Amino acid sequence: MSSYNLTHIKELEAEAIYILREVFAQFENPAILFSGGKDSICVAHLARKAFFPAKIPFPFVHVDTGHNFPETIEFRNNYVEELGVKLIVGSVQKSIDDGAAAEEKGKNASRNAIQTVTLLDTIEEHGFDACIGGARRDEEKARAKERFFSHRDEFGQWDPKNQRPELWNIFNGRCHQGENFRVFPLSNWTEMDVWQYILSENMSLPSLYFAHDRKVIRRSNTWLPVSEFITIADDEEVVTKRIRFRTLGDITITGGDESDADTLEKIVDEVAAARQTERGNREDDKRSETSMEDRKKQGYF
Amino acid sequence: MSNNSQEPRAKANSYLDMELLRFTTAGSVDDGKSTLIGRLLFDSKSIFQDQMDQVAISSERKGLEHTDLALLTDGLKDEREQGITIDVAYRYFATPKRKFIIADTPGHIQYTRNMVTGASTANCALLLVDARKGVIEQTQRHSIIASLLKIPHVIVCINKMDLVDYSEETFEQIKEDYEAFASKLEVKDVRFIPISALNGDNVVNRSENMSWYEGSTLLYTLENIHIGSDYNHIDCRFPVQTVIRPKNDRYHDYRGYAGRIASGVFKPGDEVTVMPSGFSSKIKSIDTYDGELEEAFAPMSVTIQLEDEIDIGRGDMIVRTGNKPQMLQDIEVMLCWLNVKGPKPRAKYILRHTTAEVKTMIQEITYKLDISTLHRNEEDKDVTANDICKVKLRTTKPLLADAYRKNRITGSLILVDEATNETVAAGMIV
Repeated sequence: MSSYNLTHIKELEAEAIYILREVFAQFENPAILFSGGKDSICVAHLARKAFFPAKIPFPFVHVDTGHNFPETIEFRNNYVEELGVKLIVGSVQKSIDDGAAAEEKGKNASRNAIQTVTLLDTIEEHGFDACIGGARRDEEKARAKERFFSHRDEFGQWDPKNQRPELWNIFNGRCHQGENFRVFPLSNWTEMDVWQYILSENMSLPSLYFAHDRKVIRRSNTWLPVSEFITIADDEEVVTKRIRFRTLGDITITGGDESDADTLEKIVDEVAAARQTERGNREDDKRSETSMEDRKKQGYF
Repeated sequence: MSNNSQEPRAKANSYLDMELLRFTTAGSVDDGKSTLIGRLLFDSKSIFQDQMDQVAISSERKGLEHTDLALLTDGLKDEREQGITIDVAYRYFATPKRKFIIADTPGHIQYTRNMVTGASTANCALLLVDARKGVIEQTQRHSIIASLLKIPHVIVCINKMDLVDYSEETFEQIKEDYEAFASKLEVKDVRFIPISALNGDNVVNRSENMSWYEGSTLLYTLENIHIGSDYNHIDCRFPVQTVIRPKNDRYHDYRGYAGRIASGVFKPGDEVTVMPSGFSSKIKSIDTYDGELEEAFAPMSVTIQLEDEIDIGRGDMIVRTGNKPQMLQDIEVMLCWLNVKGPKPRAKYILRHTTAEVKTMIQEITYKLDISTLHRNEEDKDVTANDICKVKLRTTKPLLADAYRKNRITGSLILVDEATNETVAAGMIV
């Protein structure tokens, strides 16, 4: 009997593929939210497996803040072409120009919060009834309570106290006109699982995840990359460090770790030994104890 | 992890060879459930430094003298303010042997629905008993739910042993009381462990205070419980999720049935029947992105091609010709009502079962189950949220079903309110 056991990674893979196929079967117009980060690359890879030998039946949606790492955009464009899927870009700059969103001011200004406006507008414009994302429950305490199929009202908002119960493997994606779902196939994965999977599948990733030399400044206990989008204060010194990024967000808020891990094997070992959570370097989560919960209620990823 | 002489590749691969165990935790408000989970996470070194710093700050803010591990599992704003858990929270940790998913469910009476939710996917239930209080109504309620949901393994953690002087007598008495009560239930595998979550006795490390206890620690038990036979590998059931038709030059005539194997083992060449149509064929191939498979078993997600062209769609089921599920239209079900709005007499609902969707009517509520005493109440049939009742359902089309006790996937269903689209009830086919 014991030969009929799956390893934990294979079981998580089977679960995620099942979820992706449920999305395809239950919704009219689903899309994959693709940021070019490792989690959304994993989702895309799983979608490829779920519908093989057919193409991925979902368009990719990228909410483009304009504050990107150039490496992420390059990777995104190549990957979308390789998969032969349609790419839809929602532009935060356009939301700002149209007056739908207002730019933050000050030294730590970022476009993280106003992404939500662009995201919701893009969902509405294209009439998506399900958006598949790479969020995981282990990332953050508000995400620990997320469903696989997360219901959003017509304003795109999440109501954590009134979620649909999810039992066994039966998922209820029924919704009224104008409402939609966020779907998270990687809900049960941890950061370690994602890296192990990337390694075992030998997936390609943006070069940013691997150790490289980069000009950075020290801010809020992390190495923040120097870019045209940040204002460097007089007392901040630009130095060159060998770093890598554990998560990829906007270039204005994503800090790097000093690291020599330049292969997937070395990254897995580094993750295993890590003493900080991966989002520990994300300025967007540090604003308050409930910043993720608050943003999610507004309609964030 | 500590063997530095290995090549990096081999070392990284060692993390890949682990099993997955899903367990649920149930307990009352003050019996130390959060502390126990915090302790498991902390002692298994699954807590990161920045999380620990956050907890230390929160503990200090609350005026506590020690770092309160229970705060590691704090969730939403309201929960922190009221010191309660509102919803199922999922936690993750791993040891070199297994990866664990904890469905952490709140213990108050009104949250039966959350416990049922957490229990529906669990291999194992962890029940907490306060050593000073022994087996109380709440313990019985949680055990009955574990039994109804057919959780294969139950671990009764008798907690706060430090507050009863680590008394063997107390432990034995509680164990005896529990066994007397549990004899009425269908739980196959029950174990008892005396612990102190606060001090860490017998959680990850063996207790020096209870030398009389010769059993395993909690973590060792979780790492070693045999879960290989938790899946049904006998009755072959493959509910079709969707049909894959690439329609490109290379795969012009390809027609594959995508799904997740609910139970059993499938092989190419197997004689199969497609239900409900009843047509028979043979499995031509079992396809995945990584190549064709020699055999496939639950809970794998695969794509099956058949030798013959048969009209198959979502909601159909591919089964072994000699071992078919029942086709049921009048169904007896144990229902857990999840919604604040109870069922109206002869109310109609959408019923979801495997990948099928039909309409259904509640013909009759046979009895309401008192989940503290197992008493069947045939007089009061007024069902509201968190009630468990036995009902008779009539569906518009037959379900391809097995009894829940034989098959957790083909034996389970949910009811959806047509007007609100909410999931209002979860059912187990008797």
